[in-house]
Amino acid sequence: MSAPIDRPEDGTPTLELRGVNKSFGAIQVLHDVHMKVYPGQVTALVGDNGAGKSTLIKSIAGIHAIDSGEFLFEGKPVTVSGPREAAALGIEIVYQDLALADNLDVVQNMFLGRERKNGILLDETSMEEAARDTLSKLSVRTLKSVRQLVSSLSGGQRQTVAIAKAVLWESKLVVLDEPTAALGVAQTRQVLDLVRRLADTGHAVVFISHNMVDVFEVSDRIAALYLGRMAADVPISQVDRPQVIELITAGRSGDLGIAPAEAAAVEV
Amino acid sequence: MSSTLSTPTSAQEPGGAPSGFEADRGTDSLGGTVRAYLDRVRGGDLGALPAILGIVVLGLLFFVLRPETFLTPRNMANLADQAAPIIILAMGLVFILLLGEIDLSAGVVSGVCAAVMAKLLADAGAPWYVSVLAAIVTGVVIGLFTGSLVGMVGIPSFVVTLALFLGWQGFTLRLIGEGGTVPVRDPVISAISDKNVPVALGWVLALLTIAVYAALQLNRFRVQKARGLAHAPLAVVLVRIGVIAAVVVLVTAVLSVDRAPAVGVVLAGVPYAIPLVVLLLLLLTFVLGRTSFGRHVYAVGGNAEAARRAGINVTRIRVAVFVIGSTLAAISGIVAAARLGSVAPGSGGGNTLLYAVGAAVIGGTSLFGGRGRVRDAVLGGLVVAIIANGLGLLGTEAYLNFIITGGVLLLAASVDALARRRAAATGH
Repeated sequence: MSAPIDRPEDGTPTLELRGVNKSFGAIQVLHDVHMKVYPGQVTALVGDNGAGKSTLIKSIAGIHAIDSGEFLFEGKPVTVSGPREAAALGIEIVYQDLALADNLDVVQNMFLGRERKNGILLDETSMEEAARDTLSKLSVRTLKSVRQLVSSLSGGQRQTVAIAKAVLWESKLVVLDEPTAALGVAQTRQVLDLVRRLADTGHAVVFISHNMVDVFEVSDRIAALYLGRMAADVPISQVDRPQVIELITAGRSGDLGIAPAEAAAVEV
Repeated sequence: MSSTLSTPTSAQEPGGAPSGFEADRGTDSLGGTVRAYLDRVRGGDLGALPAILGIVVLGLLFFVLRPETFLTPRNMANLADQAAPIIILAMGLVFILLLGEIDLSAGVVSGVCAAVMAKLLADAGAPWYVSVLAAIVTGVVIGLFTGSLVGMVGIPSFVVTLALFLGWQGFTLRLIGEGGTVPVRDPVISAISDKNVPVALGWVLALLTIAVYAALQLNRFRVQKARGLAHAPLAVVLVRIGVIAAVVVLVTAVLSVDRAPAVGVVLAGVPYAIPLVVLLLLLLTFVLGRTSFGRHVYAVGGNAEAARRAGINVTRIRVAVFVIGSTLAAISGIVAAARLGSVAPGSGGGNTLLYAVGAAVIGGTSLFGGRGRVRDAVLGGLVVAIIANGLGLLGTEAYLNFIITGGVLLLAASVDALARRRAAATGH
């Protein structure tokens, strides 16, 4: 905790999970998961395929109900039993497969499910203005028009729209599921800048990625999942790249990680 | 904390300070719009083009083949009556097709609802409004039933409605009895097809329609321009208003000519079926285009998973479109019964559904979901009605009628499928 770039850990985390368990039938996917996500910080969530990252974020999003454990949002225990409730708290998830409707335009997608209305009429004017505003504040300059259909956008543009959609709301926690996975070099650059800007504007950001270069570039904290267990949840200054890779692949590294006995039990 | 991103809007907009999307506001040139349109067509989004081409080409074809009868005011009024039930049924199917679902029972549901109305009128002596209300309620209930089976139980709509296609035919048969017909002689209901709007009132309504349309379009243009939002060039808005005005005036003018077959009788004015269709067109276009319900229908049709994650109740939308479909089927059944003057066990069977699906698809509604408008039903319905009407005037044999109509539906579905492939390939 002595590294100078460490952000305070004593502040209230935006999101705190304590001892979260989740099973699908006989298969237990999450074991006693603890995690803290702080405002103004990017927390990288890493782990191999099948480690439980997707299940964890779907639990945060309210898509899966957790079996047991505590879910604290801004220090207060809450139960999230649906995407709408998560959104009402200020949790926004940007999924890997983006969850945009191709047949709608950028503005329509950004306001999907939460359209602004004038009586029963959709308030297109105010929605378009707000969308333009958000996009220009995020310095997005790659779109030709906010009235373009999403089907005509490139991968990076779609990712940008999806992230901007999350920011449009009074969101406090933004979860990004592999936002750079399918992007080229220049587009990855844009998205990483956007991720950093999100945290700098006060959002708590969870950033899922398999790319260690990206993780070390934008993250303040790192949370490593190993076979459904949280191997480590520490400031990024406390670990280096080989350690993170060990945590991902073996569940422990030096003093960090799940206890050897437990790790051995998991291996079986 | 997140408020840093939601400071007051539009501060820098009208001044033209760069925000990155000047392109969508700078299309004040007509040429740019035309080019964008051609790009869309090349990209596979044909819109209303096939239907308008169909109306023009078929109109010319039948005019050349039957110059004395086809383009007469009398046949045009007849065409309107013929098209109305097809169009109304197709309007309901547009909603269902937008979700990528199908309702094969829509035709026979129109028969069931018409039978309920006819029985109440003829046997129970109920007043017309009670009977019409009963028919519409029947439609709503049937839609709830179909929608629940599709949306809640999760049976594919193709199977549910195929089963109901048979089931409801049995229901109508039981209601009316083998070989029987129930006459529909109520003057108010018959008026839908055999009475006309008085000529003067017809003109008032026509001009009112044009004025309201123009006012709405121009106001929208003004607001969008003033607030610096994406908008079409003024020339395009004016052309749009001009086209609508020309069509409305032309139709009213043709139908205001005396078309009585005998001397000494006056038969003129717009048949009541036309204002009914226009009213439904406006209402449903409003619902699809200007309400969040409509937006959600498009979203579910485009990407149901995205809609679900956005917090939209996908099941509710699914059930709702089947309710809308069956309700419009009920209205279509009433209009068809008014036209025929009776309801038979076979009402709504045969090619009724095929005509309506054909109408929606020819009009530009996709069978794959996510793309379609209410006006598609009107344009496509006119194409289908012109084919039926023209072949009737030519006196073609029944077998040829079936083959030609089936062929046209296949053609429309192929255009839809190819457009979709093209759209996928060009990224539109």
